[in-house]
Amino acid sequence: MLSKVNSCGLLGIEGYVISVETDISNGIPAFEIVGLGDTAVKEAKERVRAAIRNSGLEFPVKKITINLAPADLRKEGSALDLPIAIGILAAAGNTFNSANKISDGNCFGNFAGDYMFAGELSLNGEVKPIKGVLSMAMCARQKGIKNLVIPDGNKDEAAVVKGINVLPVKNIIDIIRHLTGEKRIEKYSIDVEKIFEENTCYDLDFCEVRGQDNVKRALEIAAAGAHSCLMVGPPGAGKTMIARRLPSILPPLTFEEALEVTRIHSIAGNLPAGTPLIKTRPFRSPHHTISAVSLTGGGRYPKPGEISMAHYGVLFLDEIAEFDRKTLEALRQPLEDGRITISRLHGTITYPARTTLILACNPCPCGNASDPTKICTCTPRQIREYFSKISGPLLDRIDMFIDVAPVKYEELEATRAVEKSGDIRERVVKARNIQLKRYKGFQIYSNSQLQPAMIERFCKLNEECRALLRKAFDKLGLTARSYNRVLKVARTIADLEEKENIELNHLAEALQYRIKYGTIQQLTK
Amino acid sequence: MMEYWVWLSSLSISPRNRIKLLNCFKDPKNIWEASKADLQELDFISEATVNRIIDKKHKDKVSGYIKSITELGLEIITIEDDKYPCYLKSIYDPPVVLYVKGTIVPDENAIAIVGSRNATFYGNEIAEEFSFRLACMGIAIVSGMARGIDSSAHKGALKARGRTIAVLGCGHDIVYPAENKKLMEEISNNGAVISEFLPGTQPIAMNFPLRNRIISGLSIGTMIVEAAEKSGSLITAEYAIEQGREVFAVPGNINSINSRGTNKLIKDGAKITTCIEDILEELNIYNINAGLAGKNNYDERKENKENRGLFDKTSIKGLSPEELQIVELLMYEPTHIDILVNKTGYSIERINTVMTMLELKGIVEQLPGKIFKIKNAFQFI
Repeated sequence: MLSKVNSCGLLGIEGYVISVETDISNGIPAFEIVGLGDTAVKEAKERVRAAIRNSGLEFPVKKITINLAPADLRKEGSALDLPIAIGILAAAGNTFNSANKISDGNCFGNFAGDYMFAGELSLNGEVKPIKGVLSMAMCARQKGIKNLVIPDGNKDEAAVVKGINVLPVKNIIDIIRHLTGEKRIEKYSIDVEKIFEENTCYDLDFCEVRGQDNVKRALEIAAAGAHSCLMVGPPGAGKTMIARRLPSILPPLTFEEALEVTRIHSIAGNLPAGTPLIKTRPFRSPHHTISAVSLTGGGRYPKPGEISMAHYGVLFLDEIAEFDRKTLEALRQPLEDGRITISRLHGTITYPARTTLILACNPCPCGNASDPTKICTCTPRQIREYFSKISGPLLDRIDMFIDVAPVKYEELEATRAVEKSGDIRERVVKARNIQLKRYKGFQIYSNSQLQPAMIERFCKLNEECRALLRKAFDKLGLTARSYNRVLKVARTIADLEEKENIELNHLAEALQYRIKYGTIQQLTK
Repeated sequence: MMEYWVWLSSLSISPRNRIKLLNCFKDPKNIWEASKADLQELDFISEATVNRIIDKKHKDKVSGYIKSITELGLEIITIEDDKYPCYLKSIYDPPVVLYVKGTIVPDENAIAIVGSRNATFYGNEIAEEFSFRLACMGIAIVSGMARGIDSSAHKGALKARGRTIAVLGCGHDIVYPAENKKLMEEISNNGAVISEFLPGTQPIAMNFPLRNRIISGLSIGTMIVEAAEKSGSLITAEYAIEQGREVFAVPGNINSINSRGTNKLIKDGAKITTCIEDILEELNIYNINAGLAGKNNYDERKENKENRGLFDKTSIKGLSPEELQIVELLMYEPTHIDILVNKTGYSIERINTVMTMLELKGIVEQLPGKIFKIKNAFQFI
């Protein structure tokens, strides 16, 4: 007897329908799963067998063959446990009438087209949570499959998708009873709009950082224009602390953006239980020992990398000089395109990767070069080598250089109120909206994405500004490379002030975010 | 003739003993020809040393040394030469032979400027400034061409188009530190690069105290700009005292590790130096030929003693009130930008703008760590 049951696989962040075909025939008892499943899929045999038995159902002692179609795409993970079990029961139901607790053959009826199943099975029949359910739900909706049967632990993310019935199950016996009509499962729904409208809470706030007005201002500009930054400062200056708070001043995610971020996290298995939607911008801070594949994505069974996990958020690379050169090189393309494309035998997988890049490093290997009261014990060659990794293409992507110094708290009298993230965000949002309006139809969303030709058009300078820039080139030793950077940043500063044209003070401030250190200066002038 | 001097300088004996040998035998040739017995009679050298002196293999190496010396274009100046620097001759253990690239002016007034290799911006700037000003007055600047203070001192003198002498702790064929290759050339063209050591001698640690005695020996006074507790430049200070020369020390921030040595020197009696007049007074060398700066008049200088020609408010024209306010704040000390924000009450945006303007006007300069300071006037000359 043959049965066909729908499930879902993941290709990149998209789901695709897997048809789980089960054939049960006479012959020497066997249980084979074909269709390029990985080890977890192959091990499903044991879990399915035990789950079915421990639910009080009979496991057919026959020749069982499971095919996972399409047969030439690699299948992975444990999500196929549930559909395989259902498939077996469906196929066997017709031959084991009496022995089965389920009464009458055709007990499942022809439900193949209307249902999609996914879930991992425990040996006792429990259905355990899996990855990528949101993408599966979107796939089901797209393909017109009305009912989605998924583990109870994943019900919230599935319920975000409208137009399908989400049927959460805790135990395999629940779905069996539902399918036989014995006890229907109630569809699970949530008020997505309400959840989305609710105030997004970031645990970290800018007001928790004392002093560092300079760095805060720089990050405000970076947030407003989506500019990537390099923070240079000694250990303990507060680079990481402030960088972590950057997401709290970024404009809130739109619903579509939130959906995409949730999808990616769901696929990576990073969606916390009970979270239907991720509304906060992700902050990813991989350790410098990370491999290129983990950073950009890929691997034998492709998974999203850190850069995709930071999609619509912030990718913070601390101690940039300690990263492997090849790893950094791998970042170049995705940073440019806003997505990472991984080629495989059967096609290409694309993960989105539009992120704001924040790099941090020390002023020199020992960390003391910028502290006037400490001794820097580095030789010039050591400093040169230290910075050699961040030269070239990666540095070209950096628009702003921020000098972070530890400021002694005693020197600051806390007489002025410290701004909250929310207030800063308001200004950032206004500036971003100006940019969206300006660049409508130009395929870009922020000043940081301006190409040289567009800079001509959108960053016009008056004579006063041009004179200033000329002077800056002479006195401060700037070069053509930094010309575009300075203009983009000046444009953002003007937007923050809601001014249409770039004025002298905008340009003057933008010039403060150039690099001044000896060696790095040579590299980035 | 020179071979014997070169051979004498190549022997591994202390400078003091080398001089004694010379005094005993009157001429290096005599030492070369001395018998073992003659040498054994002397009470100040050991048996091992005697063997080294009579060692034939060692004597054979001399022609090789002469070749390198010629190839490097070095001049050999012996202690009996007229060209031998006067002040150096009078020390306890002067070098018997000097290898020189450049020109020696035997009776010139020279000041040594030394200090830490890991100097801060403060130290480097002071070293360069003082060296510049002293060089403008026709004073030669002596130092060790090491990283940090020494290099800044040489650079200051070169900027003033004055004379500067570098004393090496190795042979002329080795550039130590490597990044000073160009500096070494410039020094030999505008003064001299001197070494007591033969070409091929590596810059090993024990050579540096030896060379330090020459630095202080050449000078009528030694100025230590910035030194940590265990800095080698403190040895130079000790030598200066032994040699009866003046020691000048520049005070530093009492919290700064880099100034612990210099601050201690002051406690122990070195003259506290905050302007070049402190040096000129002590050594009675004012009214010498003026150089680039054209400031020759002692009285005028005495009046402006602590000024050092730095900006004072009245000399700055065309600044906006905000710019003026910030300049005033910076007069006290180099300041971090956040503190400027705090003290003025202006927004960070405004401060950023003002600082750029001040930087472009050349009044203010920025240090790593977003610290701003007034740019010293002497750089404009």
